Amino acid sequence: MILQDSKTLLEVRGLRATVNGTEILKGIDFTVKAGEVHAIMGPNGSGKSTFAKVLAGHPAYVVTSGEVVYEGRDLLELKPEERARAGVFLAFQYPIEIPGVANSQFLRLTYNSVQRERGNDELDPLEFDDFVREKMKLLEMNPEFLDRSVNEGFSGGEKKRNEILQMALLEPRLAVLDETDSGLDIDALRVIAGGINQLSTKDNATILVTHYQRLLDYIVPDYVHVMDGGRIIKTGGKDLAVELETRGYDWVGEEFAAARVTA
Amino acid sequence: MSAQGSPVRGATTPAAGYLESLLAGRPRLPASSMAWLNELRAEAVDRVGALTVPTIRDEEWRFTDISPLTKLSLQPATAPVRHESIDVGRFALDEATTRIVFVDGVHAPELSRVAPDHGVVVANLPAAAMAHTATIERHLGCHAAFRSDVFAALNTAFLQDGAIIIVPRGAIVAAPVHLLFIATQADAASYPRCLLVAETGSKVTVIEDFVALQHDAYFTNAVTEMSLADDACVEHIRVQRDSGQAFHIANCTVSLGRASRYHSVSVALGARISRYNLNVLQTADGAQCTIDGLALIGERQLADTHTSIDHAQPHGVSRQLHKCIVGGAAHGVFNGKIIVRPGAQHIDSSQSSRNLLLTAQAHVDTKPQLEIFADDVKCAHGATVGQLDSDAVFYLASRGLSDAAARNLLTYAFGAEVIDRIPVAVLRQQLEAIVLEQTASRS
Repeated sequence: MILQDSKTLLEVRGLRATVNGTEILKGIDFTVKAGEVHAIMGPNGSGKSTFAKVLAGHPAYVVTSGEVVYEGRDLLELKPEERARAGVFLAFQYPIEIPGVANSQFLRLTYNSVQRERGNDELDPLEFDDFVREKMKLLEMNPEFLDRSVNEGFSGGEKKRNEILQMALLEPRLAVLDETDSGLDIDALRVIAGGINQLSTKDNATILVTHYQRLLDYIVPDYVHVMDGGRIIKTGGKDLAVELETRGYDWVGEEFAAARVTA
Repeated sequence: MSAQGSPVRGATTPAAGYLESLLAGRPRLPASSMAWLNELRAEAVDRVGALTVPTIRDEEWRFTDISPLTKLSLQPATAPVRHESIDVGRFALDEATTRIVFVDGVHAPELSRVAPDHGVVVANLPAAAMAHTATIERHLGCHAAFRSDVFAALNTAFLQDGAIIIVPRGAIVAAPVHLLFIATQADAASYPRCLLVAETGSKVTVIEDFVALQHDAYFTNAVTEMSLADDACVEHIRVQRDSGQAFHIANCTVSLGRASRYHSVSVALGARISRYNLNVLQTADGAQCTIDGLALIGERQLADTHTSIDHAQPHGVSRQLHKCIVGGAAHGVFNGKIIVRPGAQHIDSSQSSRNLLLTAQAHVDTKPQLEIFADDVKCAHGATVGQLDSDAVFYLASRGLSDAAARNLLTYAFGAEVIDRIPVAVLRQQLEAIVLEQTASRS
């Protein structure tokens, strides 16, 4: 929701980033205020997943210029774990499998590491078990996923539910969801989108990185941004997503190129 | 002649002098009343005289230089006056109602407890030898290669106390048997010994647990022999948690009867230099073995595991997973030999060696060694050496775990795959706690 006088959570200015020496992000300007839902759409290779990973602090990406201010702090100065503890959350497009670590153990470790930072009490395994089972209901997850190794042998949909479960536990102020809708059937999409909607408040914000408009039928964005060639080339309201679904991406690129020529 | 006038005699090498000095402790052994045992010891003494201490010029020892051991001045362990003062509580395993304790190789009845179970014999060698002479004579020294291996020969030359386990025909023993070997004396050489005879259709779980109540250098030279009759089933867990200055050399020889099943998990955590030789012989049709191992080492430790699975008869199955987690400037060694004898058709064997290097100085030598002389067999093997997956480290960091905590958790998980295969829950939990603690200190 777009709110009057709500505070700015994230301010990105002129962000450029490379991976293995190749520039992927070529100057991004982007502002997110509390309470808002932003969708970043764009064709494959447009740089939208890279943008998500840069926000989370993936070490493979090097920021070459620009700045990212999160709640008044220089986000780029923070290590990935410090960003997580400060309330930045990335739901992975391809969640990592960790054989040998029970999901319950992993979830409790992450929960406690964030609670410690916030000065809250940590939960012991028994307390945490009750707590996490409640959260799992939100995503219609079977508690047996607690006993299994992290993401190991999970289906695509189960992995995505597990990502949003982590979001529910960590209660981030800025959630970046990278292609959370990919590989989901319609029932899973409905449940996961319902979970994300329930986690949205006037104090936090969500960035949905997605290729398709489908997710936006369930989570209504306040802003839709089109990314191409490492830049945001168009920003609009929720109707832009519908237009993109019918007309594709090409026209946006042409419009952007024409505007640059004129300028 | 040495200029310093040190007692170097003729062509005697320092290593040979070392063997002599070790044997010098032997006359203190009282003669056994059993002639066959005396003969076995005497033959072993002869073999020690004929054999030499291996060096890195020997193929089987090319990665493991044990010269620091030969420079150590060792004495045979002296029996401590009071075993009662030793607190074994922290090593106790609740599930193991029977526990036999050896302190520096010497049986400690005060610390042991034997719960009667299905007529199973669990006793120290001298006591067991009275009532079960025939069984013991048929197996003791008959499986271990003491005629060719100098350390097995030394152990046999010192043969006095030892754990004897005899599981009668058809007995299913639910509670694991805990053999606890405690090292308490600096510069002591001890010779733990174990014989397990699992008769037809019997089932038992045995834990060999090597622990230390000291931080000094000492030498543990252990020999274990296991004989599984037809359809017998043995779970064998071996935990080596000696002190960081210790030397640990062990030989375990397992003989498998028809359709018997042997599963072992060996975990090496301690010792400055350790060497474990595990030799499994499938003597009859349809025997199965699963051999899992984990070495978790750091600093300047060396852990060497040599295994041999000898498929001498058809329809045998073997499975092997060996993992090394190597930190600091440590060195892991794995040599896994699989032999398929002529005529041993329809063998199904797989071996996997997986190694994790935590630092740039850490080092692993891994070598599968397949010797296949039959044509209708399935033998798969593979080896990997790698570092922690950086994507997994980032995933954990993005959830608030520090870099160190993320690496520890992933390292722990790598080892947990082997530890999870230990069928004794309380030991599994103990080891998981140790591994978590050690990965924290070794990354």
